[in-house]
Amino acid sequence: MILETLSIIFLVLGAFFSITGAIGLFRFPDFFTRVHAASITDSIATLLIIIGLILRTDFGLIAVKLLFILIFLLLTSPTASHALAKSARHGGLLTMAETRDDKNKEAH
Amino acid sequence: MAVFIDLMLLGMLAITALRVIFLKDLFAVVMLFGIYSFLSALIFVNLDAVDVAFTEAAVGAGISTVLMLGTLALTGRKEKTNNHKSWLPLLVVVATGAALIYGTLDMPPFGDPNNPAQQHVAPRYIQDSPQEVGLPNMVTSVLASYRGFDTLGETAVVFAAAIGVFSLLGLPKRDRAAIESGLKSHLVLRVVAKLIIPLILLFALYVQFHGDYGPGGGFQAGVIAAAAIILYALVFGLPLATHVLQPSLLKVLAALGVLIYAGTGVVSLFLGGNFLDYNVLASDPIAGQHLGIIIIELGVGITVFAAMLAIFYAFAGQAERKNIP
Amino acid sequence: MLILAATCIAILSVMILALARALKADTVYDRILGVNMFGTKTVLFIAVIGFFSGRPDFLDIAIVYALINFIGMIAVLRFFEYTAAEEQEDDTAKEDRTS
Repeated sequence: MILETLSIIFLVLGAFFSITGAIGLFRFPDFFTRVHAASITDSIATLLIIIGLILRTDFGLIAVKLLFILIFLLLTSPTASHALAKSARHGGLLTMAETRDDKNKEAH
Repeated sequence: MAVFIDLMLLGMLAITALRVIFLKDLFAVVMLFGIYSFLSALIFVNLDAVDVAFTEAAVGAGISTVLMLGTLALTGRKEKTNNHKSWLPLLVVVATGAALIYGTLDMPPFGDPNNPAQQHVAPRYIQDSPQEVGLPNMVTSVLASYRGFDTLGETAVVFAAAIGVFSLLGLPKRDRAAIESGLKSHLVLRVVAKLIIPLILLFALYVQFHGDYGPGGGFQAGVIAAAAIILYALVFGLPLATHVLQPSLLKVLAALGVLIYAGTGVVSLFLGGNFLDYNVLASDPIAGQHLGIIIIELGVGITVFAAMLAIFYAFAGQAERKNIP
Repeated sequence: MLILAATCIAILSVMILALARALKADTVYDRILGVNMFGTKTVLFIAVIGFFSGRPDFLDIAIVYALINFIGMIAVLRFFEYTAAEEQEDDTAKEDRTS
């Protein structure tokens, strides 16, 4: 019963963070802020939802598989976000502040 | 709920497909195809076709994305603009489509258990395979035992595809390792890739040998193992990967897998059964079936692994030759 | 059960948003970001739907997805680093883009 309640709390929080991240993916003004929003859903929402699911198992093979997915996603998705942001930086994408500075310089 | 999810997924699938048609940037098209194949695999999951979803996930989203990107690296990113109006082909396509839709009106209702397709051989497999083969995953029994000839043919097709790619593109030479390539500046990526590649290989082995009990089998395992080596080649560079797994070894492995498969058939012939009749492989027919299925799944896995990796080597080798003067 | 259905629907709507981002992207990086997010949400979706329909076999597929999504992402980045200098994406706006 306690496990059930905990699981519900984790799942609800996970769903909440997923949706906020997805909204951020749309509403944030430039690429780097959007990476930040997407990484939140990728890390904390994954963590919360999978923990919520683990609490619903009988802690056997299925829980181990879920744990494997969790570890894997926690390793890969921040790495992917980092590599993507770094690649964008190398490709010459500027942050919002830098774009503004450039515009100010042009104005002067 | 299942119908609702199906509808949502099919809607997303249709939107993705439409967007793919109108995009001119082929790089974006490849990425959207990745999403397309994620979506179709989700639909298979929702239809309970777990093995099919597994294959779609591994092949459609993984290997084909990598191979299509390899092709783009050779050909270029933009679609050529096509100016001439093509009304006649459009008319033919519309007419054919209308005829096909008209044809579906005579089809039996979707998902009805009394359909001819469900009444033909499926009941026999479902009733008799627990006694005759005794594997929990019936899909593996059908693929590897009842339809062993088909699967042998499919393995031979994969082998033939690899041969075709070798003869067109050629494999990279092992001793051309002078050029250092790969994602050198991504330090984090290199560290994480080192951690992850063993996990992927381990999972591939699990899929290979767990195929009798759950979804999976030789085909999927071969693709996943190849994906691990492809990841290595992407992050650390093709020369290093060809140093670890030499192209000449892959040629041998691709042939070896088909040989193991067909050899199992020949052995069962010599032991007095039919070709690919596993009952005679051991004293007890069920044990013989289990042994035969494990051996031929291993053959399929080895061939698929070697063929996929060799095709990747061929594409990547060409791309490196083109990009580095 | 209800909570699993609700989580399913939440993840599904996130997938729709990520898909929309991937379909209509400002820069090519946004598109990669959308595709990557779509992939990770697919993994979660398969896990949750496996519990919802009582078929934990589905977890194997979720693992494959997690692996494949990462490899696809790296392949895209690698390809992009090859060709980024030559060409630029032109089908959408690129205001915040200087190179």
